[in-house]
Amino acid sequence: MGFENCAGVNPARGGRTMAETTVNNGVNVEALLAAREALKSAPEAARFKWRASCKWQNGTHSETKIEGFHGLGQEQKHRTSFSFDADHPEIFASEDHGITPVEFMLVGLASCLTAGVAAVAQNRGIQLRSVEARVEGSMDIQGILGIDSEVRNGYDDIKVTFNIDADASKKDIEALVAQSQKRSAVYDVITNPTNVTVEVA
Amino acid sequence: MIGAGHAGLACSRFLTSRSIDHVVLERGEVANSWRRERWDSLRLLTPNWLTRLPGCAYDGFEPDGFMAAGEVVAFVSRYATLAGAPVRSHTTVTSVRGVDGGYHVVTDAGTIMSRAAVLANGACNQPSVPALRQAVPPSVESLTPFDYRNPGQLPDGGVLVVGASATGVQLADEIRRSGRRVILSVGEHVRLPRTYRGRDVLWWMDASGVWNQRYDELDDLKRARGLPSPQLVGTPERVTLDLNALTASGVELVGRLSAVRDGRALFSGGLRNQFALADLKMDRLLDTFDAWADNCAGDLDVGPSERFEPTRAPDKSRLHLDLATGEIRAIIWATGFRPDYSWLHVPVVDHKGELRHEGGVVSDAPGLYAIGLPVLRRRKSTFIHGAEDDAREITDHLVGYLARNR
Repeated sequence: MGFENCAGVNPARGGRTMAETTVNNGVNVEALLAAREALKSAPEAARFKWRASCKWQNGTHSETKIEGFHGLGQEQKHRTSFSFDADHPEIFASEDHGITPVEFMLVGLASCLTAGVAAVAQNRGIQLRSVEARVEGSMDIQGILGIDSEVRNGYDDIKVTFNIDADASKKDIEALVAQSQKRSAVYDVITNPTNVTVEVA
Repeated sequence: MIGAGHAGLACSRFLTSRSIDHVVLERGEVANSWRRERWDSLRLLTPNWLTRLPGCAYDGFEPDGFMAAGEVVAFVSRYATLAGAPVRSHTTVTSVRGVDGGYHVVTDAGTIMSRAAVLANGACNQPSVPALRQAVPPSVESLTPFDYRNPGQLPDGGVLVVGASATGVQLADEIRRSGRRVILSVGEHVRLPRTYRGRDVLWWMDASGVWNQRYDELDDLKRARGLPSPQLVGTPERVTLDLNALTASGVELVGRLSAVRDGRALFSGGLRNQFALADLKMDRLLDTFDAWADNCAGDLDVGPSERFEPTRAPDKSRLHLDLATGEIRAIIWATGFRPDYSWLHVPVVDHKGELRHEGGVVSDAPGLYAIGLPVLRRRKSTFIHGAEDDAREITDHLVGYLARNR
């Protein structure tokens, strides 16, 4: 799911059409390109709202449910509702009921870039055999612990390493990964500032 | 014809040769923007031997040189005289409206009824500056490339140049050489070496046919039309002015300026990917040149194939800059240009301010044409020598239109 906000669809290169190739990465590029055309004339339908509802359980443990979102001018639902536990590991004196919130950021980045690689590869007529991404985020926790106010809370460096096996040259694979970053929503959110409002209802 | 720049004059020459009665309206003088809207050191990106207009080629002693702005003014002015262009200078068009059978053109020197009109007012009538300029504190001076003449006019202290197209890299280089600290904010850009295999890179663009690619043959025309100008400069030494050259001269590279918040400029952390995209794109273009050269019949006088060092990324590019500390005293917005159609009262401009046209033919307004816009009919459309083919075809279409609608 989620090609709507992640896909790196770029019809600029390659110019190959589905009819001329048997490449199948499981991405329906024709549908994505059709949606792109349709949304050009209906920009208001392109405005999406993604939502999550988080409920405190105990300690640092919380559960977040995701079910619906708004897009294409109406309310939409995932095929089923999804639920995610977040917590902190035992070395933080927590019970480790789930991954940490900062690890969820890595999930978002890796899955968004990977989805983008698949979509761009499909559009460029490149058959993928395997795609693996290793993501590593560096953080100095003196920030969140309030030890040093000069140290930021969040990641100060994130490194993603792709291992891709595909019918393409190294240059073409590098271009896939570059284009995927260019069109990635999560990459954009992490690399650029975003306005955030937090209020008490 | 609205505008007596090189494109309007080229088109005027073809109209004259087809005996089409016309006038060329010019708000100032011939080649006006080259007289008033250019910084002091600017030279053409195209070498002199390529700088030609229909029936008029460069005939000086420096075919590999690059014309300074004043020389371009002289070249275009001489062309206007040679072509006998019916220019009405100091005549500013204030309104164009569609009326039955043609266009009602209002100027500050009277009105004209014409059966057809060609918009040759240029693609760079005004600097395009992002809205976040408003958030810059007043202690930092903001300049556009229209305001900038030379480093001497800048306040003492550091300078942030926003944008790494031809304008941005040239200004960053010149200001750095004046002894100032320079920070260059880099978004999407087009990297090119000045020379490749011993020839000017624009020789390759021309000879290999890349520049001749037509608007209706391109996979993504919108993208081609929106591309930033290539990182090139015209100097006697034919130096390459890419980001590695700027890093070597001490310019600090930062990511795309994404916000100004609480007096701080915030830059994107995606600089590495901007480098990767530009390096990959340059290599693909050089591959195209090599493939063309390999398939060329006859001997080409070119050197061996070469590839250039990837753009060097700083270990850590800075993500923010406090604008209030005095570290920088001026910002130059090298963020592009756009045409001005505020006087065009014909509903052919889209919500982004761009003219809707098919290769210069404004389909929604019969008899209305444009020339001199990016990739109007070919990749070379906005370069001086690119005007000829476009002007000929626009004229053909226009003559046909007049014949059908007597």
